[in-house]
Amino acid sequence: MEWLSEFGAIAAMQGFNGLSVFCVLLLMALGLAIIFGQMGVINMAHGEFLTIGAYTTFVVSSLTSSYAPAFGPYYFFLAIILSFFIAGAIGWLVEWAMISKLYQRPLDTLLATWGLSLVMQQGFRSIFGAREVSATLPDWLMGSWNPTEAIDIPRNGLFVMGLTLLLTALLFLMIYRSRWGLQVRATMQNRVMARSVGINTKRVDRMTFALGCGVAGVAGAAFTTIGSTGPTAGSLYIVDTFLVVVFGGASSLLGTIASAFSIAQAQSLLEFFTSGSMAKVFTLSAVVLILMLRPQGLFSAKVRK
Amino acid sequence: MDSQPIRLLPRRLAVGAAALSLLAGSLFSHVASAEVNTTGLAVTDSEVTVGILHSATGTMAISETGSIQAERLAIEQINASGGVLGRQIKVIQEDGASDWPTFAEKARKLLVGDKVATVFGCWTSASRKAVLPVFEKENGLLYYPTFYEGLEQSKNVIYTGQEATQQILAGLDWVAKEKGAKTFYLLGSDYIWPRTSMKIARKHIENVLGGKVVGEEYYPLGNTQFGSLINKIKLRKPDVVFAAVVGGSNVAFYKQMKAAGVTADKQTLLTLSVTEDELLGIGGENMAGFYASMKYFQSLDNPNNAAFVEAFKAKYGKDAVIGDVTQAAYLGPWLWKAAVEKAGSFDIDKVVAASPGIELDTAPEGYVKVHDNHHLWSKTRIGEVQKDGQFKVVFESDLIEPNPFPEGYQ
Repeated sequence: MEWLSEFGAIAAMQGFNGLSVFCVLLLMALGLAIIFGQMGVINMAHGEFLTIGAYTTFVVSSLTSSYAPAFGPYYFFLAIILSFFIAGAIGWLVEWAMISKLYQRPLDTLLATWGLSLVMQQGFRSIFGAREVSATLPDWLMGSWNPTEAIDIPRNGLFVMGLTLLLTALLFLMIYRSRWGLQVRATMQNRVMARSVGINTKRVDRMTFALGCGVAGVAGAAFTTIGSTGPTAGSLYIVDTFLVVVFGGASSLLGTIASAFSIAQAQSLLEFFTSGSMAKVFTLSAVVLILMLRPQGLFSAKVRK
Repeated sequence: MDSQPIRLLPRRLAVGAAALSLLAGSLFSHVASAEVNTTGLAVTDSEVTVGILHSATGTMAISETGSIQAERLAIEQINASGGVLGRQIKVIQEDGASDWPTFAEKARKLLVGDKVATVFGCWTSASRKAVLPVFEKENGLLYYPTFYEGLEQSKNVIYTGQEATQQILAGLDWVAKEKGAKTFYLLGSDYIWPRTSMKIARKHIENVLGGKVVGEEYYPLGNTQFGSLINKIKLRKPDVVFAAVVGGSNVAFYKQMKAAGVTADKQTLLTLSVTEDELLGIGGENMAGFYASMKYFQSLDNPNNAAFVEAFKAKYGKDAVIGDVTQAAYLGPWLWKAAVEKAGSFDIDKVVAASPGIELDTAPEGYVKVHDNHHLWSKTRIGEVQKDGQFKVVFESDLIEPNPFPEGYQ
């Protein structure tokens, strides 16, 4: 019987792990799903917008511990909000200075944003130093929650999960239920027609790009609880992020969710039953195979050919 | 063996510097450059040019910055004490930019274009393997600071970090003896250094310690999700997790271990890849109580190290930390100076010939000696991670002979 309960505990923790990986993948892909999925901009600097969020959290954490230690347990919420606005503001500037000039040239956008990512990485290095830093996590985010003796559920995993659900719900409402979302979708479907019915497409583009970057900033802030904060931390995420968005079918938020879920579950199970590197090989092979059979991804918007 | 141990600087650098350089100048200045340099290196009557070749940009800058700092500090101290053979050291620093072909190209530039007398540099094995053919063809000299997988010995390289057996065997012996460990879970990032290290570890565990390996696993570089792995560790319940995870993965791994409740009170963990540098990113509180096997920790209690830490902090700020490789990088210029002065020449062949047997009893790690195989005799220490990001040294081995081609472990 002891054997059975232990097996149960491991199964429960492994199940939670699958969900937790799902939330991490979804959280990092949400911003890109907006930028790449809705706008069609291949933003290679997406990882660096995550890093902006991570560094913002680090700065808020150090300022809090030096100037307002009493605020320590709660600084994380402030950090998340600041991350959103700082990453969003920088995204706004980038759209204004660079992306807006390149809407007709997707491949040039790819190169330009890749260059931007290098510039931003060196920027982080010059400002914060080449070494990694770590934000001090408040106690309530550390350690694990134990529903029973044998089960450890990571608290940071729960936190990331909650944040992901909240953010996804908000984005859904914005894109599919708000007037602004309607304008975004109209612009993406037919820019000229959208402009002719009186939508300020330039403003819509700028806001959409800024929103995507802001969401990336939030993801970056959340990831300080589970990963590293360094000048090149963003490059750890960029491949997985594109994988999730492309696999899901670029223009559909539901597709992104489905894609993150299936990749996360496959990865988590395979990691458990094979090994880390092999799991990656199997997962990527499966994704390649499915994309060969279904190049538009899991879900695709219906368009008239 | 016949060489004199070299005295490090007096602690008050600034005061003594001028007097010392005058003294040294009068001792050596009569040695004409034509005599100490017969192969056309960049040596004048007052100056000798050396190269530093590390990644100041790109992903590896995280690790290599400390090495650059240490090498520059050592060179500055040597210059303040009169230089090498009466000549001040001039540094040409090149950026390998975390890109291996760039390393090779910059190595050629330093050796062929700048004619440097020696190079301090490289960090990853990949970068060393990339520059090795250049150093052998152009007959340059490289001081390489990182602990690495062994299985290499070149006439043109002096390895100032530990080779794999020095670092691994002592650590495993300690954990088997002190913690009664019988079962091990081996874990690393997926590239040559962790895989070679774990191969050595497995042989030692199975053939020498009579223990059992209950899991061996590698994760892609940059992997940030370790939940499944941690569950497997919980399932197999090894006495020891033996880890060589590097880079951003390192931070993710320890943060998630802590979050999953796998802490030092429940699980013994020994790592080969966490120094004070990595702890900055991981956070001491996420790893407190786990152990690392290294030849150097910043907290080592000896006068050499106290002077070194003081000088390092004076130059780079009070929050600067010093990891194992940083200290090994600091040894490079001192070992080179000792070899040049023993040889009485900057000629590469003469310096190489003079190197085996060079001793430093002023090294921050204590005493080191260059072996015939170009690696260093050194001690291995076990450090316990403290919350403040430092290590407490809990064990120190005897001086260990370097053995880059260990029989029975390949």
